[in-house]
Parts: sequence; structure tokens; C-alpha cells
Amino acid sequence: MADAACTISHRVDEYLRGLRNLDLLRFIACGSVDDGKSTLIGRLLYESHLIFEDELATLKVDSARLGTQGGAPDLALLVDGLAAEREQGITIDVAYRFFATDHRKFIVADTPGHEQYVRNMVTGASTADLAIILVDARKGVLTQTRRHSYVVAMLGIRHVVLAVNKLDMVGYSAEVFDRIVRDYRTFAEAIGLAKITCVPTSARYGDNIVTPSTNTPWYQGPPLLRVLETVEVDTTAAARRPFRMPVQMVNRPGSEFRGLCGPVVGGTIRCGDQVCVLPSGHVSRIARVVGCDGDMPGAVAGQSVTVVLADDMDVGRGDVLCAVAAPAIVADQFDATLIWMGEERLLPGRPYRIKIGTRVVDATVTELRHRIDVDKMIRVPATYLELNQIGLCALQADRTIVFDPYLDNRDTGGFIIVDRITNNTVGAGLVRTALAPSRNLHWQALDIDKSARARLNGQRPCVVWLTGLSGAGKSVIANLLEKRLHALGRHTYLLDGDNVRHGLNRDLGFTEAERVENIRRVAEVAALMVDAGLIVLAAFISPFRADRDIARRTVAAGEFCEVFVDTSLAAAEQRDPKGLYRKARRGELLNFTGIDSPYERPTDPDVHIDTSKQSPEEAVDAIVSWLRVHSLLD
Amino acid sequence: MRALSHLDALEAESIHILREAVAESERPVLLYSIGKDSSVLLHLARKAFHPARLPFPLLHVDTTWKFREMISFRDHTVEELGLTLLVHQNPECVAQNINPFTHGSAVHTDMWKTQGLKQALDKYGFNLAFCGARRDEERSRAKERIFSVRSPQHQWDPRRQRPELWKLYNARTAPDESIRVFPLSNWTELDVWIYIYREQIPIVPLYFAAPRPVVRRSGTLIVVDDDRMPLEPDTKPELLRVRFRTLGCYPLTGAIESTADSVPEIIAEMLVTTTSERQGRLIDADSSGSMERKKLEGYF
Repeated sequence: MADAACTISHRVDEYLRGLRNLDLLRFIACGSVDDGKSTLIGRLLYESHLIFEDELATLKVDSARLGTQGGAPDLALLVDGLAAEREQGITIDVAYRFFATDHRKFIVADTPGHEQYVRNMVTGASTADLAIILVDARKGVLTQTRRHSYVVAMLGIRHVVLAVNKLDMVGYSAEVFDRIVRDYRTFAEAIGLAKITCVPTSARYGDNIVTPSTNTPWYQGPPLLRVLETVEVDTTAAARRPFRMPVQMVNRPGSEFRGLCGPVVGGTIRCGDQVCVLPSGHVSRIARVVGCDGDMPGAVAGQSVTVVLADDMDVGRGDVLCAVAAPAIVADQFDATLIWMGEERLLPGRPYRIKIGTRVVDATVTELRHRIDVDKMIRVPATYLELNQIGLCALQADRTIVFDPYLDNRDTGGFIIVDRITNNTVGAGLVRTALAPSRNLHWQALDIDKSARARLNGQRPCVVWLTGLSGAGKSVIANLLEKRLHALGRHTYLLDGDNVRHGLNRDLGFTEAERVENIRRVAEVAALMVDAGLIVLAAFISPFRADRDIARRTVAAGEFCEVFVDTSLAAAEQRDPKGLYRKARRGELLNFTGIDSPYERPTDPDVHIDTSKQSPEEAVDAIVSWLRVHSLLD
Repeated sequence: MRALSHLDALEAESIHILREAVAESERPVLLYSIGKDSSVLLHLARKAFHPARLPFPLLHVDTTWKFREMISFRDHTVEELGLTLLVHQNPECVAQNINPFTHGSAVHTDMWKTQGLKQALDKYGFNLAFCGARRDEERSRAKERIFSVRSPQHQWDPRRQRPELWKLYNARTAPDESIRVFPLSNWTELDVWIYIYREQIPIVPLYFAAPRPVVRRSGTLIVVDDDRMPLEPDTKPELLRVRFRTLGCYPLTGAIESTADSVPEIIAEMLVTTTSERQGRLIDADSSGSMERKKLEGYF
């Protein structure tokens, strides 16, 4: 027994030693609906003996109920995980699968072909070394094929395998295969994909998946799995790049230890090496690389480490340790390619949160240079980006970011865009270059400032911002409020939506983008007036939360009061003082808030007026009392 | 320098995830289920924050039906490593004596585990919970993100998952939402065992084959762990050499016949195994797609 255990232990040791030499290939499989992606991945799992007996039993039951293979095991059902997709027969979300051969371990992202789910494909592609692009032999290169290939090229994936699948449906025709390969190569070269291997397959029958098929004697190349096993993955490429380590957190169990934790995303480091901390630019040396079982001599790209610097300096989350000889770029204006993944449009001027490495900053798109029409491969002018659209943008961050161009380093050049209100990830960005500030704008420091003017006025300036549906009574309340404040001896100014549109904003219409710009200008004007020492009343529908937030942030904290004039749509429509709802209902007015354009209710207004219960006078009472409580009025 | 091995790459990824979650969360917790995956997760967490103590407590949602050896292993681990452990038992279940025999596995699991977990998260106000689930375990898990947002009711909505790109995780939520984080997402069962072997990680002895009293229930071997197990008058547990590939409530966890009593032997056995590890879990067999339904309701 002891001997047997010894032998087993020896064998496992040997096996583990073998594993040390295994590398890891992450790849994605993408294609259009019904190209057979799931079947292909199911086939790879099946052929590498990773399907267990009980899974096979479930598969047989499911195949009889849902399968499309006439009762034969439908391998696609192995990977179509969610009940909803099994019933619809489509893959609606990216799924990760694992298998291994004696040569390599694989992580597969099964990414959907569905048009509205391209964002999932980008997710899968962001970590992949290789992409399998599936084409249905009967259909050839489609719009979806081009779109996916473009994303693959853009995300810097260097190896592409074109699997011309369902070859059984075209009689294993060499002519069909050759034609599709020709079409694809022409397109792929144009977008900069260099390393392409083309394989004729039938995932359903297993042709050229694991072993060469007798059905395609005209094909001399290796089967798909062999390509995956042998394609050169440059696992040391990351280690050859300049050293980069974004600081995730400071590990400080006591006063005597201060470690910086983070992933090494480029290069190598050894104790004693000089590093510079960006964005500050301070230089120090690596004193220790701390491991659980004692210190280590150094670290290499791919590891997560804790390092101690020789000098005590202020370094924290969001900073990046870099090789002194080849530091990253520090800038607050930069050009980036954006892939929009949000349901709501990307609008220039609207602030978003972006996360790059471990650094989180606020940023706005200052210029949408163009959109890329992937289907036609042309640049088109654009004022916004919609879900699944790609564009080249200039961005302005509120603080500096530390980055490398994406094509130099994915981990320091890729960022995500997070919506400030929903917290959803609404976009992905690839940094291209820093922008030299095109204009040297400096703030002119003035001796007479806001507080000086306010003192002379004997009041605290602020913005009272009234938002609500058209016809809710904003202007009526604002008028009454101004009279009340005037009577109290306050210096005020009322900015009214309709009036502003006759002058300052008469060039703006009512599209979403123009509404954003309308509010941005009003917010700036309100801020100037606050600076001048006035109490500013602003009555605007201002339907979008993000834009009201801009208005709030344009003035200092404590100088903004959001008043929600809350009326039901039915009541506003019944009141209809300007006859606008009737026009909108007749289709004569487009983008009318509440009818065919949304109104986002304030989630946490400072003052909430319910017009079904409060008269305009009572509304003014409520606002005045809020201003008093917040020391904006004596 | 040599390129990282597959296991080193997985370890680095998990440590990165653990640190990122802690850096972005106000009240994280580690859901500790005492199984091998929890042991690996705990080991990785200790590495991630060494030399500091774990910056979060462990939470065990207890059902009172765990194997006795699991509980003693849990308490021993906590004491030896100086960890903070919170144990929650759904008081409703205690009051009504919910058990798998009278109420069935579905009610038992929902009440003790799903509801119990939600209660505990709400009670302590945790807004981020680490869990040792892996994508290779079950089809619906293969589609879950590493950082997975839960509604205020702790539910998972597969159609509203956030894109997850590069190493960039988004842990921001509305105040009443929470995040489940799965640092072992990309590990397979085999990876877990090889890592346990390489790092010499202690695990519950139930994973090793030993003679244990067993009865057969619907084709599954159930170990009689205490006298709460109702037995037919003429049924006598037989003594078989068995071990577990996965651990849960003892009446719901099937054992396999085996002679593997060391980690290398378990790995050797795995290499020739023909059934998936969740086969031993009776709760998954309720119906095809049942794990997805449990996840939608708030179970892991």
C-alpha cells in the first residue's frame, strides 16, 4: 500500500512537472448566429474527453427535447448554458470554457454573434490571444464576420483562425472554401490582420477538428485543434516590455511596513532597480519584493506582487510604478478609440467615469472626431455613439491619467467607461495618443472674487434649479419665488427655458445632443451669475439626470438647490398652457419630453414639490425654508 | 525569466481580483463554505494581503446539516489562522426545524442557504461577497462575470451583466445593490486539486477515502453522519470506503467509492474519472437548468 502510494505520488509529481511546461492559450470563437460556434466548442470539449458521463446523459435528454440534430446529441447544448438560450437556440451571453490537451491549456470565450450583443464579443476579445472566426460555408463572409474581425484587429489580437464551417452542407467543396478564403483575406489585410490560418471544418461531423478529414483530401493543412496547440503564443512578450505596475492598494499592517500591491503588467523587476512613480514622477528603488514564504529576488509580467520602496513617499492606489528608462505617458487630454456598450447614447460633453489600470477619473468626450462604419469600412461624421458603435474621440479628464498606447500594452492602454448614475460599464476605450493642449488657456486670477462681491450684496449666491415636465408649473413657481426674494431685498436673476431659447440658445433644437448642450450653456451662465454674487433661479425641463448633475457641479458644493416640480404626465397634459402636448400628440412636435423623449425623475431632489397637493405659494414656502435651513438666506 | 505556468497565472489573477475588490468595496466578506474551493480561496486571500491580516471576515451560512467534520475543521482553521468568523443560521429554519427529509431538498436548500445567505448579508450590511464558485462547475456559471451585480433582492440578472474587459473590474453599485466576486472563476476542478497539492493546503478529511457508514438513496451513496437520518427499520448502513468530491449538507451529498486517501491519489483518480463533480449534489438534479433558477433567486 505504501509502495503504491509512493508510485502514485511519484507519477503525480511527474504530471505536475509536466504541467509547469504547459502554457495557456486564451481564445475567442466568434461568428454570426447559426454559424455553429457552440457546436464547434462542444466538439472540442467532447473530443478532448472533457464531457463527463452524467453531462452526456443530460445532453441526450436535452437533445431529444430541444436538439436540432434529429435526436442525435446536439453538442451545442453543452455550451448554451442558460435556459432562455437553450430554448431560443442562440447564445446570448459570453461563456467561458476550459479544456486541455497534452500540449496546452485553453480558456475559450464563446461569444455571441447576435448584433445587439457585440459588447460581449469585445469582452471576450479583450483577454484573448487568438480568435476563431466562423463562417457558414453556405453564406460566406457576412457583415457580422467583418464586424467581428474588425473588433479582433482593433483589440490587438494577433492570430486569427478562419474556420469555414458547415462544409458538409456544400458537399465539401474546395471551390467554396477557396472563394471564402480569398474574400476573407482581401478584407483582413485591409484591416491589418496579418496571421491568418484557414481551416475547412464541419463541427457537427467533426471534420478537421481534431484529426484530418477524409472528406477534404484537397486540404493539406492541420486540423483546428492542432492549429490551436501549435500557434505561437508569445508568453514572454509582456515580460520584454518596459516595467509597469499599477498600484492597487497599500498594504500597511503596522507603522514598520508599507507595501505596494499590484499586478506586474509589463516587464520585469529586481530588487535594487530604480522605478519612477507616475503621475508624481518621484524616483525610488525597489527595496523588497515580498512573498508569503519570504522575499523574492524579483518579479515578472503576469505576477501579482507586493513591493516595498527604498524611500518613504506618498504612493497610493491609482499610481503606476514604471521603468525609469521608459516611463508611461502622463496626460489629461488624449485620443482614444471608443466602443460604446451602453443602452443610452454616448454624448460629447457629458461626464463619465473612466477606469484605467487602478486609476479612476472623471472624463468627458470633448470631440467625437468620427464614427467608424465597420460594415462599409469608412469614417462617418457623428454627434453621438449608439450601442455597439465605434468612434474616435478626444477626451478630457479632470485629473491626469498614466498610460501607454493600447497597442503597446493592453493593460495600461485599455480603459472602461462607467456611467456615473447607473454605475454600468457603458463603454471600452483604447488610448491612442496624448494630446498636446491645443490652446494655452489659463485662468485669469482676479482680485475681486465671488465672496467679495457676495459680501457687498449682503447675500450668499446660489442656483435654485427647477426641473419637471413641460407645463408642471416651473415658471410660475420661479416667478413667485423671485418676487418673494426681491421683497426680501435679495439680488436675483431668473433664467427661463423658453426665454433662453430665444437668444443664447436659439441655434439649438431638441435632439438629445442639443438638449445636453442647452443645459450645459445654461449651467455655465448660472455659474457666472453666481460668481457675480446673484441668486439664480433656473426653470428648465432638464430631463436628463446627468445634465442636472453637470449643472450642480458647475457651481461650488452647497450652492445648488435642485427643486423637483413633480406633476403627473396626465395632469401636465391636461393643463397644457402652451398647447404643446396636443401638438406632440398629433406628431407635429418631435422629441417632446414625456411623449417621445424620456424624463428621468430626480432620485434625491433637495426640494420635492407635489403639484397635486401643493399650491405655487406653498412651493415657494418650501423652497425658501430649504434655503434658510441651508444658510443661503438669513 | 521563464514564462509563468498555467497555475501561477491563475494564482496571480485571483490575487489581483481579491485586492481589486477590497480596494473598491466598503464592506467585503468571504463566504466560507468549508469545502476545498473555500480552502483555496482562503489561501489565496492570505497570500494577497500578506503580511497584513485578512481585511474582511469569513461568513459561514450554516444549515445545521453539515458534516460534523466540516464544523470541526472550520473552527480549527479559524483558530489556527486567527481569522474572524461569522456564523449565520436562518432563525426561521431553526424554529421550524427545516430539514431535507421532511421538507425535501428544494425547500431545505432555499430556506437554509438562499434565504439564510440573504439574511446574513443584510444583517451585517456586506456590499461585496467573495465566493469560491468556478465557471467549470455548471453551465450557467460559465456565463457569470467575475464581478457580478446583485439586485437589492440579491438576484442575478443574466441579461443585465456588465461587460468585463481586460483586468478592469467595475465594483460600483447603487447603495442597495451588492456585488458577488468569484476569484476562482477560471479555475477547473483539476487546477484546484493540483494547487492544493502544490501549496499543501489543508482540507476537510472527508475528501479522503475512509471506511464510513453508508446507505443508498436513489442511486447515491449517503453517509450517515448522525442519528437524525431516518432509516427504514431493516436498513443497516454498510461500511464502505468512500470519499467526497464536493461537500454540502450530509443528507444531500453523495459519496463515491474510492481508495484515494491522499491528494496525489485523488488527482490520479480524477485523471480517469468519468462523471462531473456536481453529480454528487442532489440539488442540481431537480431539473435541467435548476442551478440557473437558484442563482436567479439569489443562491450562488
